[in-house]
Amino acid sequence: MTLFGRRTALANQSRPLNLQSYYPLWFYVPAGVIYGLMFLLPTFASLYFSLTRWTLFNQEFIGFENFVEFFNEPFLLKGLVNTFIFGFSTSAGKVIVGMGLAVLLTSNIYMRGLLRSVVFFPVLVSTIGIGITFNVLMDPQDGVINAALAIVGIDGPHWLTSPKMAIYSVALVEIWRGVGLATLILIAGLMAIPDDFYEAARLDGASAWHQFWRITVPLSRPAIATVLTLSLIDGLRTFDLVWAMTRGGPGFSSDVLASVIYKQYQAGFYGLSTAGNVILFMVIALVALPIVAFLNREER
Amino acid sequence: MFSTRRLIISVVAFAGALVFFVVPFIFIALTAVKTKQEASLLQLTWPTETQLWQNLVAVIEARDFMMIQAFINSAIITVGSVTLIVLFSAMVGFVLNRRKTSWNKMIMFLVLSGLMIPPAIVPTIWLLQQLGIFRTLHSMVLVEVAYNISFGILLYRAFFSTIPRELDEAAIMDGAGPVTLFFKVMLPLLKPVTVTNIVVLSVIIFNDFVHPLYYLPGDDNVTIQLTLYNFQSMFNTSYNLLFMNVLVITVPMLIVFLIFNRQIVSGMTSGALKG
Repeated sequence: MTLFGRRTALANQSRPLNLQSYYPLWFYVPAGVIYGLMFLLPTFASLYFSLTRWTLFNQEFIGFENFVEFFNEPFLLKGLVNTFIFGFSTSAGKVIVGMGLAVLLTSNIYMRGLLRSVVFFPVLVSTIGIGITFNVLMDPQDGVINAALAIVGIDGPHWLTSPKMAIYSVALVEIWRGVGLATLILIAGLMAIPDDFYEAARLDGASAWHQFWRITVPLSRPAIATVLTLSLIDGLRTFDLVWAMTRGGPGFSSDVLASVIYKQYQAGFYGLSTAGNVILFMVIALVALPIVAFLNREER
Repeated sequence: MFSTRRLIISVVAFAGALVFFVVPFIFIALTAVKTKQEASLLQLTWPTETQLWQNLVAVIEARDFMMIQAFINSAIITVGSVTLIVLFSAMVGFVLNRRKTSWNKMIMFLVLSGLMIPPAIVPTIWLLQQLGIFRTLHSMVLVEVAYNISFGILLYRAFFSTIPRELDEAAIMDGAGPVTLFFKVMLPLLKPVTVTNIVVLSVIIFNDFVHPLYYLPGDDNVTIQLTLYNFQSMFNTSYNLLFMNVLVITVPMLIVFLIFNRQIVSGMTSGALKG
């Protein structure tokens, strides 16, 4: 079509070209229907179901009894406490280890690209596969980890079989699994810091240690906040790794909310399971929302 | 002097990465080719006798070729849900970026909720039962779409802001309607971010364990992650087969990573930063 032809075609239109109608709202509909039906509807329904005694056979409204039970039964409360332990320790671990790796992998070392890939790869591997592998590696008698520690003369702990230790051992593996993503996000943050800042600091005689705390850390705060938010949300929701490694055991010592939800569902206590879901939702909202709000305020 | 320091740090970093990040995978590979007796020692040693093929066949044949069925099921779920997510999230990202309405804030809130809120499990099962589609592959596809569409929308929305609006205007002047504008003009331009979306979403959905565990109980609809879970108890005396199973589901990820390294890294970090 020629330019002339286009002009006349436009001139023939009685009203001015309304661009808005070329971005039709019905484009929202397919996504909206699936999301609304499969995600929003069950989420709202869970608010009601959490207030019922709901089993395979019947359903009865009981008010807040499920929630009361959650805070009174030790094996349910333990799951709540462990969820916090797991969420906070894994996100702290990922930020600290990830920051160290990010600094290392942005310095001028050889084989930097290869090392970045090696650190990142576990993120892509099936969590169940990782859980099974570390289950064997962490075997207290024959496991490779304790065998290696024995060579250095350390008597390795009972990683997964000790009730006190189990949740921390799983958290350690979660840090190993997820630190690659944290590292890459932090690397992106570090690379955005202009070199001039470091040059100026060097001219003023600042040590590497000072440069790290006075320049690197403050200026990569958005990246750190992102890593914290992501790992908190992931960590609080975690299920796969706990289930593959300990099934919440020994006893219920390493149960987290997500595994409690699964166990109560399996046992047929659907109301209690759903109450667990609602508590998990509130935990995430209470912990993550302030951080997200804080992050957004910083960006403006 | 400076370069010796650089060399030393490099060697230390390399050795550290080898011990912490590579050894577990070497352990998987070595145990997977050992004999049953040797694998049960759980040691990190070179196998005295390798039986790669024999173990592979044993894992594939186990429980009436369950592995094959699982691969097919996982492929159906992954391809089906990724296709729908790519199409529908591109449509949402397009309108969300181009049209400024009072709905935008609300929609962004829903998108971010989709990333944060843990899905309500039992009510979803109840809903699927009411609809009569519980334990079906297509219900799993719909659920994966609902749970992962937020990620796709964020990636697409960000990408659309890099496409100049003049292009839309030119297409509209050439007589394109909304559907032609989106499918014929925009969709081809989205190729880089679509590749990123496809790769990252495929990895996430292929590796999903929790949701098939809840929504696809039973042997007929078993997915690849569930096989591993089932074999964990079944093979607990045959570590060679258990680890061959781990190896079989790890190798595809390694291949995907080697080919799509750049897209995976950019998708996972940028999607994360925007979220």
